[in-house]
Amino acid sequence: MTPLLQLRNVSKSFRGLRAVMGVSFEVEEKTIVALIGPNGAGKTTLFNMVAGVFAPDSGEISFNGKSVNGLRPDQICALGVGRTFQIVKPFAGLSVLDNVIVGALERSRNVGEARRYAETMLEKLDLSAKRDLPAAALTLPDRKGLEVARALATRPRLLLLDEVMAGLRPTECDRMVALFREINERDCMTILLIEHVMRAVMALAQKVIVLHHGEVIADGTPDRIVREPAVLECYLGEETDL
Amino acid sequence: MSVDIVHLANVIVSGLLTGLVYGLMALGLSVIFGVARVVNFAHGEMMTIAMYAAVVLFADLQFDPFVAVLPIAAAFFVFGYLLQAAVIQPFVTRPEHSQFLLLLALAIIMTNALLIVFGPDARSVQLDYLLESIEFGPLLVDRGKLYAALVACAAAAALFVFFHFTLTGTAVRAAADNWLGAKTVGLNVKRIYAIAFGLGAACVAVAGCMMTLLVDLTPALGHGYTLLAFVIVIVGGLGSMNGALLGGMLIGASEALAGLFITPSAKSMFSFALLIVILLFRPQGLLGNRP
Amino acid sequence: MNARATCWLAALSVVLLFLPAVANNYILSLATLILFFAYTGQAWNILMGFAGQLSLGHSLYLGAGGYAAAALYAHFDIGPWAGLWLAVALSVAFGALIGFLAFRYGVSGVYFALLTIAFAEFTRIGVDHLSWVGGSGGLFLKVAQRDEADILNLRGTPAMFYYVMLVLATGAFALCAWLLRTRPGYYWQAIRENEEAARALGIDTFRWKMLAMVISAALTAVAGVFIAFYYNNLFPEQIFHIGRSIEIILGPVIGGVGTLFGPIFGAAVLTLLAEGATELVTALGWQFPGLKQLIYGLVLLLVVVLLPNGLWSPLARKLKVAP
Repeated sequence: MTPLLQLRNVSKSFRGLRAVMGVSFEVEEKTIVALIGPNGAGKTTLFNMVAGVFAPDSGEISFNGKSVNGLRPDQICALGVGRTFQIVKPFAGLSVLDNVIVGALERSRNVGEARRYAETMLEKLDLSAKRDLPAAALTLPDRKGLEVARALATRPRLLLLDEVMAGLRPTECDRMVALFREINERDCMTILLIEHVMRAVMALAQKVIVLHHGEVIADGTPDRIVREPAVLECYLGEETDL
Repeated sequence: MSVDIVHLANVIVSGLLTGLVYGLMALGLSVIFGVARVVNFAHGEMMTIAMYAAVVLFADLQFDPFVAVLPIAAAFFVFGYLLQAAVIQPFVTRPEHSQFLLLLALAIIMTNALLIVFGPDARSVQLDYLLESIEFGPLLVDRGKLYAALVACAAAAALFVFFHFTLTGTAVRAAADNWLGAKTVGLNVKRIYAIAFGLGAACVAVAGCMMTLLVDLTPALGHGYTLLAFVIVIVGGLGSMNGALLGGMLIGASEALAGLFITPSAKSMFSFALLIVILLFRPQGLLGNRP
Repeated sequence: MNARATCWLAALSVVLLFLPAVANNYILSLATLILFFAYTGQAWNILMGFAGQLSLGHSLYLGAGGYAAAALYAHFDIGPWAGLWLAVALSVAFGALIGFLAFRYGVSGVYFALLTIAFAEFTRIGVDHLSWVGGSGGLFLKVAQRDEADILNLRGTPAMFYYVMLVLATGAFALCAWLLRTRPGYYWQAIRENEEAARALGIDTFRWKMLAMVISAALTAVAGVFIAFYYNNLFPEQIFHIGRSIEIILGPVIGGVGTLFGPIFGAAVLTLLAEGATELVTALGWQFPGLKQLIYGLVLLLVVVLLPNGLWSPLARKLKVAP
């Protein structure tokens, strides 16, 4: 079975600075894969290339067997990729419900249908009570929840989560983890997440890819990579709370 | 159609000299836009006010514009400083178009206040000694234009010295480059913005005083100068002082040439076409570095 | 809409429908002017209030529409309803061109505003030199017979023009109300709020921004045709002038950009205030050229500084017609 997402020898430079160099990995369908690495390792750059924000300089990115190099973000979303942003981008002037309706419209024929689906998404993220509030009035954890609800509303096959846990308290983090586990097991959602919060990575990931200076230095199950000397050397030195 | 080379040269030189005054006006906008990030849609109107000030001082107190330029520039510095500190500063956190509309409102108020106070009839400054022409070899240069251009250059030079050889000036340049960084090292960014606006206003004041020697004055001029200033700043390049002056000369010369070869009333078309092209294909302008 | 709002709306509709029966020509012309600004304000609002793109060059579409229909009438005796099509087509072409260039090359925000101004100014000077449409001397239509309503040729009484404008303004309002609740409305607002996030949700922002440009231009062109036949003459200096663009945006900005009633309310407030002040001043025996514009500027200043979201929203809440 072809993997849902496949990166082959992907590279990207910014004005001479090599952000990503020859990265290859695969994300099998219905799995949860974590992308970890120190700051500046190139994780968000990779995400941005998968999501279509910019094209790789060289290499191939394929989704569902088709090459997606150079496609626009909206085209990639149409193919079935949803993403959240590291710094949340709510539609501040719109209500919480309207925010999610915008996402739901991607796969709904009309606003009525979109609204119904949006409401189920809000329920999943425990935001139903706040549906009529302006998005600007939400706290950070709720904004993160909104960001996820909105992306989920586009009914993606692959969900890209960029540091969703950052800034969340442990209980909120656990709730998110439970949600992602649920949509992975029940709804067969494939998830690729960038994370620094090891608690979430260890709880969720079936596979972990470690990036350092733009290159993949380890690729395997969480238990294995935790013992990799290269990884320990560059990254896991301080955070040992597993 | 054969054009006499000397005549052509005269036209170009005349355009370049006028262009230097335009350039000073644009320099003021460059400082305001480049440092305080204010889209000063009232720039031309401010210049028109300065022009009226010069005309009034000339008519009532017989102040030669070359003399009036100093008090007017000083007054405008204070005016600009206060305007930025008291009125525009709160708009830094607001969406971009909000600030734009604020300046638009001020522009409308300025133009129509002038119209109410001074009426729509044209005025000018008549100085006999400026009516002569000076000969530079085969070229015939308007004395008024030459002096105006020289004053513009002097003002630009003074600004350059301020920016590169004084502590405050360096602070202003720093704040322009990196607002957050400037704040982090303890610079009072609000004050710097106000100083920048004051300086920009002072430039406009000097340019205005000089412009009274070159054109007839009506309240409706403001808007055209605002657009011209933006054209020059964007063509010459944001954040580049040389770009503003160079852009001014370029526009001045091309408008003069357009006036010669096509009909004079169509000369602005060229400037607007140039603005469109630059906005689309080279938004950093000819000498600028920020997109 | 709650019950109170429905009552107010019903009352307003009655007043608007029967106004010509009770009002004199002066009041009718004032009302027509208010409706005109309400209409053009709504058209502009689609681009700004919905899609978030600040255009200060809408006079271009007024002029293009007006001149197209007027030229066809003056030179070829083609009536305004037929000429309307060319007027709209021409404005749509301009809007599409500007939109394509701007959005393709990433010109946004203030630079976009400047781009629209540049196009309008360029066209103004160009048409000033276009002798086929009269150049700076203006284009004149045969003077109207003001006693009979000839809808086919848009010649007629003030009441006829009033009703035409009423239908246009109501139509524009209904269109915007409908659009807001459908996919375009949601997508435009998403683009306005955060274009990058909108793209990540599958929205082809280029296409939708172009749509807003084009619809806005088309609607504004119709207003241009109206102007041509209402005043029977067109001057490039006037119709393409940035003053027209500014007048178009004043209603929505003062009333509330992005709201439905904002443009109408703003247009009414502005026009009545300006007329009232001018009347007062004339009654006192003074003459202030530019007073009207000065008042526009002052009101704009007050609104931008104190009530940046416009006058309508807080008023609606006070009147309990909106939450």
